[in-house]
Amino acid sequence: MIHYAMIHDALIAPFTEFEFMRRALAAVIALALGGAPIGVFLMLRRMSLVGDAMAHAILPGAAIGFLLSGLNLFAMTTGGLIAGFTVAILAGVVARSTGLKEDASLATFYLVSLALGVTIVSVKGTNIDLLHVLFGNILAMDDATLLVIASNATITLLVLAVIYRPLVIESVDPVFLRTVSRAGAPSHLLFLALVVINLVNGFQALGTLLAVGLMILPAGIARFWSRDITGMICIAVVSAVVSGYAGLVLSFQTKVPSGPAIILVAAVLHVGSVLFGSVGGLFRQMFPGRHLEA
Amino acid sequence: MPAQLQFRDVTLGYDRHPAVHHLSGEIAAGALLAIVGPNGAGKSTLFRGLVGILKPLAGSIRTGGLDVRDIAYLPQTVDIDRSFPISVYDFVGTGLWRRVGFFGSMGKAAHDRTARALAGVGLNGFENRAIGTLSGGQMQRMLFARVLLQDARLIVLDEPFNAIDTRTSADLLDLVKSWHAEKRTVLAALHDMDLVRAHFPETLLLARGPVAWGPTADVLTTENLSEARRMCEAFDDSAAACAVDDLPLRAA
Repeated sequence: MIHYAMIHDALIAPFTEFEFMRRALAAVIALALGGAPIGVFLMLRRMSLVGDAMAHAILPGAAIGFLLSGLNLFAMTTGGLIAGFTVAILAGVVARSTGLKEDASLATFYLVSLALGVTIVSVKGTNIDLLHVLFGNILAMDDATLLVIASNATITLLVLAVIYRPLVIESVDPVFLRTVSRAGAPSHLLFLALVVINLVNGFQALGTLLAVGLMILPAGIARFWSRDITGMICIAVVSAVVSGYAGLVLSFQTKVPSGPAIILVAAVLHVGSVLFGSVGGLFRQMFPGRHLEA
Repeated sequence: MPAQLQFRDVTLGYDRHPAVHHLSGEIAAGALLAIVGPNGAGKSTLFRGLVGILKPLAGSIRTGGLDVRDIAYLPQTVDIDRSFPISVYDFVGTGLWRRVGFFGSMGKAAHDRTARALAGVGLNGFENRAIGTLSGGQMQRMLFARVLLQDARLIVLDEPFNAIDTRTSADLLDLVKSWHAEKRTVLAALHDMDLVRAHFPETLLLARGPVAWGPTADVLTTENLSEARRMCEAFDDSAAACAVDDLPLRAA
């Protein structure tokens, strides 16, 4: 039974003995439920890097919210939404009116945004605040923060359910959606809002630099195991939860900080999927098995 | 037959350059109309105006009380993301958007209709295939199945038989004829004159402006076709504002 005890100590005891670990686990599960499906859509709409850029773009807004009302996720979310949409719209306007390509335009704006955000936090807050904003701290979840993260995840899933069909149709055949419905543009905007909400959500736990990680990496993993979107979403959620749990354990047992630990575990799963995934994995490509009869 | 579509001095184009110039005319309900003309004649532009993707630069298009959702539009350069992970069944099912919308369930009736549509285009057994695995002809069959499900009064097909083998185009042409028999209005942009002569009672020969419009035999004459080719070649980057457009303004 000694083995069982060791396994229990390593994998379960941290959560039964320490409340902050339980809270962190709850937070990471909520983040996975909301963020992973959004990540799948980001990937399928070829917007993964847009998500990354947005994560930086929302920093000044979230930072101002943070400075005005402390670690109040509602204020940070509102500020982040405003900053995110401002950057997205400004980048679009500049690209359209000057001929600068949209990605170059977005890159400029998000870099300025990131610099501005870091400046705001360092001028008004402490170095601890700055570290907190940049890298997050999932091990310091209070009730209010946990509640906001859970609410944001719930809102995400509800809104996603409403816009799911138009979003799928718009991704696969935008002209068709335009001819049968006017839901295309509103769903796209709502989707962008969901991206920002989930980035702000990830903020608290993983920081601005890694917030997008729990959205993008699980989506990448899912792509190697499923051919249909429902399957992808399920696998993405599961792998995000697994990464979150294993990352917390890793960070508890070693000195690796929690945010990077979670993303590193996801990265290991991702590498494994690239190698051994059943849909287009490298191993499967090298040894595809005998071809079929028809 | 009452008019289903009325074009009143319609000009459609991009960046003020007209691609369809001063088109006026009517299309009767239940018509089976071929639209022919050289590349760049404005056939696709006309369709885009008709389904409401492109706003006319001048004039108006009346669809006789048809909602935009009563129109099934099959574009030519399909902007379909074929790498998107969606099955043939689900893709074709989007044709039921009007009935099921955001939340409606795909009940038994919807399931039967989808199965019938797939059978109607000869794609039984393809339900669970990802759309990315289809060949060009199978893709076109699938798009026709979606048009079937849309159950629209007006069906607009932009070069539906391009790069399609004879067997497939014959099957799809049968569908077009059955839509005509069901008194739906069908418009198709086509390049195969023999096919137009054999199966389409009416033809609009378009070369930015209308060259001829009426019974197919009267329209597809050698003279008209060479006239169409000549008109299409006239394009001026630095053209002045069209004087004809100003006439109604002065009158007002």
